[in-house]
Amino acid sequence: MSLTATEAIERALAAATSAGAASVDAVLVESDSIEARVRGEEIDFVTQARERSLGIRALVRGADGLRTAITSTSDLAEDVVACTAEDAVTLARATAEDGAAGLPEGDFASDRPDLHLIHDPDRALSLDERIETAKRAEAAARETDPRITNSEGSEFSSSFNRVAYGNSAGFLGEYESAYHALAAMPLASDDSGMQTDHWMTVGRRLDVLEPPEAVGRRAAERALARLGARRIPTCEAPVLFDPMTARSLLGQLLGCVSGYSVYRKSSFLAGRLGEVIASPHVTVVDDGRRMGGLGSKPFDGEGQATRRNVLVEDGRLASYLLDSYSARKLGMTSTGSASRGVGSAPSVGATNLWLEPGNATPQSIIEDTPRGLYVTGLFGHGFNAVTGDFSRGASGMWIENGKLSYPVEEITVAGNLGDLLAGIDAVGNDLLWVGSVAAPTLRVEQLTIAGE
Amino acid sequence: MTESEGTPVRFFRERFGMGESQLEAVLGTALERRVDYADLFFEYSTEDSVSLEESLVKQGSRHVQQGAGVRVQSGERQGYAHADEITIERLQLAATAARAISEGSGAGSVSVGASGRVRDLYPVATPPTDVPIPEKVDLLNEIDRYARTIDPRVQQVMASVVTQHRHIMIAGSDGTFVSDSQPLVRLNVQVIAADASGQRREIGYEGSGGRFELARLTDPAHWKPQVDEAVRVALLNLEAVPCPAGTMDIVLGPGWPGILLHEAIGHGLEGDFNRKKTSAFADRLGDQVAAPGVTVVDDGTLEARRGSLNVDDEGTPTQRTVLIEDGRLVGYMQDRMNARLMGMEATGNGRRQDYAHLPMPRMTNTFMLAGQEDPGDILRSVQRGIYAVSFGGGQVDITSGKFVFSASEAYRIEDGQIGAPLKGATLIGNGPDALLRVSRIGNDLALDRGVGTCGKDGQGVPVGVGLPTLRIDGLTVGGTDT
Repeated sequence: MSLTATEAIERALAAATSAGAASVDAVLVESDSIEARVRGEEIDFVTQARERSLGIRALVRGADGLRTAITSTSDLAEDVVACTAEDAVTLARATAEDGAAGLPEGDFASDRPDLHLIHDPDRALSLDERIETAKRAEAAARETDPRITNSEGSEFSSSFNRVAYGNSAGFLGEYESAYHALAAMPLASDDSGMQTDHWMTVGRRLDVLEPPEAVGRRAAERALARLGARRIPTCEAPVLFDPMTARSLLGQLLGCVSGYSVYRKSSFLAGRLGEVIASPHVTVVDDGRRMGGLGSKPFDGEGQATRRNVLVEDGRLASYLLDSYSARKLGMTSTGSASRGVGSAPSVGATNLWLEPGNATPQSIIEDTPRGLYVTGLFGHGFNAVTGDFSRGASGMWIENGKLSYPVEEITVAGNLGDLLAGIDAVGNDLLWVGSVAAPTLRVEQLTIAGE
Repeated sequence: MTESEGTPVRFFRERFGMGESQLEAVLGTALERRVDYADLFFEYSTEDSVSLEESLVKQGSRHVQQGAGVRVQSGERQGYAHADEITIERLQLAATAARAISEGSGAGSVSVGASGRVRDLYPVATPPTDVPIPEKVDLLNEIDRYARTIDPRVQQVMASVVTQHRHIMIAGSDGTFVSDSQPLVRLNVQVIAADASGQRREIGYEGSGGRFELARLTDPAHWKPQVDEAVRVALLNLEAVPCPAGTMDIVLGPGWPGILLHEAIGHGLEGDFNRKKTSAFADRLGDQVAAPGVTVVDDGTLEARRGSLNVDDEGTPTQRTVLIEDGRLVGYMQDRMNARLMGMEATGNGRRQDYAHLPMPRMTNTFMLAGQEDPGDILRSVQRGIYAVSFGGGQVDITSGKFVFSASEAYRIEDGQIGAPLKGATLIGNGPDALLRVSRIGNDLALDRGVGTCGKDGQGVPVGVGLPTLRIDGLTVGGTDT
């Protein structure tokens, strides 16, 4: 017989404590998910799943600090839960004492705001309706232009989740959330070759998703825009990032403001709190309580209340993102940014992270650029957080005389993230949420573009 | 699960009550509809990991993951349902959910045959997850002490040992009934070095691993050179100068730079993309897609390699598949469904991250066979270019064929001589013509050290790559120095 979420947590806490843990916490994640992909007018695949797993962290006292271990199981039978907790204690005895290890000292979330993370009636949407919706996106993409000749498919997925967290300091909480996504991945072709791109809409409620026709059409337009792409000569030029690629840059920044990379000095932003690290146009915020946000949650992975943290304010590095461990290492306090997977210790994660939009329309930024690169696709993982150096594959449009003139590909953009942040000279008003990280159009004064 | 509990077939029967008759009953439910194929997949995996930083083994972890899924295929459709509770009731529900993609009624019954193991590419007397944690802790502490004796500029040492043991069992509607136990170990060493002023900091990484006993990693003759290498790369990077930007001739070193093959052509030769004709290589069997002399294979049968498997996740034995022979495209990598729909043979490339994902055509160990040339001669043949010997990750756009891979150790070549070390840079090219630009192939084929993980559609699987020293004319180097 399986235990309920809170029963499993309580059982784990009790078993670890009686096995000798000085403190313990446990997280349980449950998820019901359904995913349907269609290609053309045919179903490609349908998957349905029910998953539950439990992660336990045991801390055992030593002379100079606590020893830590994590265990996890997806078998929630009562005896297995107890066994998994005892294993964590045994395992912890083999690790080193760490003066900074431990649960947060207190300050656990006392409120449970309704962050609009789930809309229960959405559970009723049938598989057939999902397939039909995906087919509409697929059809809209196809009908956009005769050059949309093929597709990787259109996909509609939903998951309904419950997260429960409890610890031996007396905190026990749980919350439910949902995640819905509709994506289209059409393929365009002509004499110049084949190109694919995608568009997606995501949300906590079905009624905030873009209509399937809009998703299909936008995906098709993106793929069509790539047809006939060519290379350009190697040069240095202003570079614009559309909101989809700008958010990828924000993701790179995230790793550099995480408390872990800061105390390890594996971030180029270590030791630079309070300094100007970006142009005055740049303000970056992480807010765990944004209504309906894809990264929202009432408490973090250690039971601390989530909150709004301004990381970069008008170009100045205002805060790192911290959980209780990295905060202790740095002599600071947690920012409520602990992220906790079932199989891992708490670490730092963003909740809803964005770069504040400016006033300019993206069109006016393009018009204001005599010559430059407008990036709509970035790929590869060429980023070194220690130095800030990056070099990534890119595709997009070349700007000539303030106009998008022709598509480009097989080029790279490279530089240093510090220089890029300092060189941002225009910020668009088009902040776009497609997930938990968002950015508007950005223009960087100058980057190196490698091509022919 | 330990070896004493016997084969996975016995384990799943004894622990979860999944004997032949239960498997037949669940498959029977799936087969009440008209389907082309149905199968059941069971998995029970343990993973433990121990990690060190700041000279402390701060954390140990142990994870048990179990689950099972029922898959139904009908034409181009697939239905899949899975759960982490392995009970007959959950599986019957899963079978009903999975078969919803098919219409019409079917035969409704099947008998699963006796399972036999064809071979064992990775026998282990002691599964790596059974080695007591303190031995792994000792190894990391030794590594930390050793790394700090090599050079005073070493500031941080981060190291981890990860061991896995994955047990799978597959029963299919064609009578397929096989199981496998797959050990996997990995040792990661990362070093941060700072120059005398403390202003400049750089990172060096070296990993190793495969499907073998942990004892191989704990041998100082194995790990000391690995630590030396991580330290060497971190110190080298302290001297690195900005990488040039633009198109130039490239020499790739042997081994891990084989990631070029994985990205430039490997993914493009996976059956699903070719069946759907979304790959830049679709309908190109028989075409010249690489320079004469270039032969590329995918081989899942190499002993103890990270990318090797006795059987894939659909129960098909792995094999050596020639993809490119003397420059000509001769083969795709297939799972069962894409092979059936394309009228080809399954090649043992049907792989999945775990029971929570559908199998897809995936690579195993992908490498280029050796040529004739002396590696030194190849370097001397380049007037001005780049010599890249180690890489981080890579990525490819299957449809346009554009691929990238990021160098983590590279040097300038000037007048045939190796020059200054360069800061990391991404190389970008076009898959369908990158291998046509190969102008010299070394005689020094090497496989990587067992660290590759390939991601596709959100699923990660362990893979291997290999390459001899190779000269490619005209790839774009994404440096900053114009």
